[in-house]
Amino acid sequence: MLNRQELTDIISGFVPEAEFPEGKQLLEVIVPAEKLFSLVENLKSDKRTAFNYLINHTAVDFTTHFTVVYHLESTDFRHLVVLKSLIADRENPNIDSLTALYPTAEYFEREVFDLFGIRFNNHPNLKRFFLEDDYGYPLRKDFRDEVNIIER
Amino acid sequence: MSSNIYDFSTLTGSIHAWLSGLMSTGWVTFTEMVLVGLAFLLMYALLGLFLVYAERKVCAFMQNRVGPNRVGPYGIIQTIADLIKLLMKELIPIRKSDPLLFNLAPFIVIICSFLALAALPYAKGLQAIDFNIGVFYVMAVSSLSVVGILIAGWSSNSKYSLIGAMRSGAQIVSYELSVGLSLLAIVVFAGTMQLSGIVESQADGWWIFKGHIPAVISFIIFLIASTAEINRGPFDLAEAESELTAGFHTEYSGIKFAFFFLAEYMNMFIVAALGATVFLGGWMPFHVGHWEGFNNIMDYIPSVVWFFSKTFFLIWVIMWFKWTFPRLRIDQLLTLEWKYLLPISLFNIVFIAFIVLMGWHF
Amino acid sequence: MSEEIIKDVIIGENEDYIINMGPQHPSTHGVLRFEVCLKGETVKYLIPHIGYIHRGIEKMCEANTYPQIIHLTDRMDYLSAHMNNEAVCLLVEDALQVEVPERVKYIRTILDELNRIASHQLWWCAFGMDLGALTSFFYGLRDREHILDIFEESFGSRLLHSFVMPGGLMHDVHPNFQKRIKEFITYFRKKLPEYDQLLTGNVIFQNRVKGIGHMSKETAIGYGVTGPSGRGSDYSCDIRKIAPYGAYDKVQFNEILETGCDTWARYKVRMAEMWESLSILEQLVDNIPEGDYTAKMKPIIKLPAGEYFQRVETARGELAVYAVSDGNKSPLRMRFRTPNFSNLFVMNEITAGHKIADLIAISGSLDLVIPDIDR
Repeated sequence: MLNRQELTDIISGFVPEAEFPEGKQLLEVIVPAEKLFSLVENLKSDKRTAFNYLINHTAVDFTTHFTVVYHLESTDFRHLVVLKSLIADRENPNIDSLTALYPTAEYFEREVFDLFGIRFNNHPNLKRFFLEDDYGYPLRKDFRDEVNIIER
Repeated sequence: MSSNIYDFSTLTGSIHAWLSGLMSTGWVTFTEMVLVGLAFLLMYALLGLFLVYAERKVCAFMQNRVGPNRVGPYGIIQTIADLIKLLMKELIPIRKSDPLLFNLAPFIVIICSFLALAALPYAKGLQAIDFNIGVFYVMAVSSLSVVGILIAGWSSNSKYSLIGAMRSGAQIVSYELSVGLSLLAIVVFAGTMQLSGIVESQADGWWIFKGHIPAVISFIIFLIASTAEINRGPFDLAEAESELTAGFHTEYSGIKFAFFFLAEYMNMFIVAALGATVFLGGWMPFHVGHWEGFNNIMDYIPSVVWFFSKTFFLIWVIMWFKWTFPRLRIDQLLTLEWKYLLPISLFNIVFIAFIVLMGWHF
Repeated sequence: MSEEIIKDVIIGENEDYIINMGPQHPSTHGVLRFEVCLKGETVKYLIPHIGYIHRGIEKMCEANTYPQIIHLTDRMDYLSAHMNNEAVCLLVEDALQVEVPERVKYIRTILDELNRIASHQLWWCAFGMDLGALTSFFYGLRDREHILDIFEESFGSRLLHSFVMPGGLMHDVHPNFQKRIKEFITYFRKKLPEYDQLLTGNVIFQNRVKGIGHMSKETAIGYGVTGPSGRGSDYSCDIRKIAPYGAYDKVQFNEILETGCDTWARYKVRMAEMWESLSILEQLVDNIPEGDYTAKMKPIIKLPAGEYFQRVETARGELAVYAVSDGNKSPLRMRFRTPNFSNLFVMNEITAGHKIADLIAISGSLDLVIPDIDR
């Protein structure tokens, strides 16, 4: 198990422009969206880190931008890292898919696409999961549904 | 002999004599046929109702439940209430189904089970038709119902039904062999295919006791194979509730469903009755060697009671199977038949032929 | 036979055909639809279609306060209702740096384990039924009733109790609580061998489950299969061991691991977990410390701005709660990583090439709860 500092060093080795916000519950890394895939690929294949388990993947709408969040864990060493990417483009948000690395990412990403409208490049089957094709993206903060959602 | 006091041929003979005094021979035959038909119809309905009730109570007993207990004392009228419900339900026509075959299938199934009832000896002198190939007839007729099941599955235009029907076809065609061979074992022992003849041959002991181990093996194979042949658990792949929703009768409703339901129970009765007749001595009472007093007491129990108690015992065993065992998979089912039961029965029958030739049986 | 029927039955080439299992099907255990491509009876591939019972719990969370959110989490995995509640409570307590009384920790852990046993009992019922052994259903329900009675006595509800609150419990447990649990332990220790007699030892049952649905450890990790399903593939994923919460660091228990990787292994893991849960209960029930049933909490709970992450082990695997707070009384974003969502999608991988009956057995062995998938 690597501690925070060791992980920080390894990750900065892979992606020098990664930021490490202070005072968080877990080790968080903010990486540019275009560097995310290569970073995860390295983190997964590197013998020291071996992040082979994608616990959770989701997105958060901060109204100014989207944050895509990945919780990765190594089942061998049990260290945990939170990767984040900011997507400023609200009109056509997109980021690389991690399906090639984690099979489970395919479904997490489909859910994020369904609820946030974030497109995932190289995703094998990017279709709406729960909703119809012309429905809005309900977890966006600017989503309005006059019929079904009563604003309080 | 004291067993003669319950001989039904005296009763039927007196009815015949009384009718002959009233009308000409042709009319007597006609009236008798109507009477017998009505009697069978009544028996069919009553047995069906009783078996459904019995199944519910047995299954409740196995499952730590009470079972039906609201309609009538001990829920006796529950089945009748259900029957009325089924009668009043809508018969849903299925779009793109084949209407002729769709409506025909339940009748084929129920007629097949009805036909087999005719040849069974219920008690001494109580048998509608005593064919000289009775065993063959009952087997042939009861396995005809697979045609009805296949038609039902195909004409429903539902994939679940079709899978269920195809499973049922494969299953019944396979297990028919084992049922036939296990019955043939006793036919070899008794030297006749006539059901009454087989029963008569067991006057001094049932074949399951007289036939040594081969008869016991045949009996076990018969129980397994006939359970499979009537599509009951653990061989209920044609219905396979958890896999195919309801299998071949998924699309049926109301009284057409009730026909399938009833036919299943009557088939269970038929195989149990056949098993009781062939292996357990039919209506013959239980006799032990030279215990004259004991045998005389046994003789005082009417033959019809003997027949039905043996039959219901076998029915109970079949129900016990269903409520205890998980269901087999289709490939395991066919493996069981073709790799185990069939070779065993074939060797068994050769062995029995040898025993009969050497005269080693009782 | 009319042309239409033939066209309808045979879809695609090579006589493959597609059947839709669900949304109303007896063994999908809810409104789940499998689009199954079959060749004869052999499954070629399978596509799960979900969303029939999606209630938008994550969206609802954004409009509700944290104590209210607890009542929503019940409705995800209704068979592990207590664990789901606890996940949110732990998250809130962690964020507010609240020290929870020992008594609360013990009671929560006891409830966790009771809930786990109840859930595994229901799984056993349904698994037997999936395989056609209908009697198992009633055996399991008979014993589950005892646990539900304990719940009812203390919380007034049997399934969705929402009994834990941020900081502690809603109220103290019933005075009979310990006595009833001890009675249950002795009762269930006698009844659990019956399960083995009825189902586990059955030859037909063993032939049905052995060697089907092979899920290697790599597959399990890749698809994020956790809980007993993952542990059947020798994948050590018990959050109770990895990141102990409640009183799990004070009890001795083993993480059940099986190396069989098949349906039989997953079955054995769950059966062994029931024994293990009983032993955890036994260790805890006599040692519940006296004290308050809740820590002192502010009437309105506002989480400091930031992001929080909490994992618990439910009866089906790892539930992770991820909350983003902007300092208000309701979260900016609440995300539930539910175990069944990940467990479901391994189905295609492990069912291909098996018979349709095996598909039912495999989906039964993954113990899917559909509202947990859809949220």
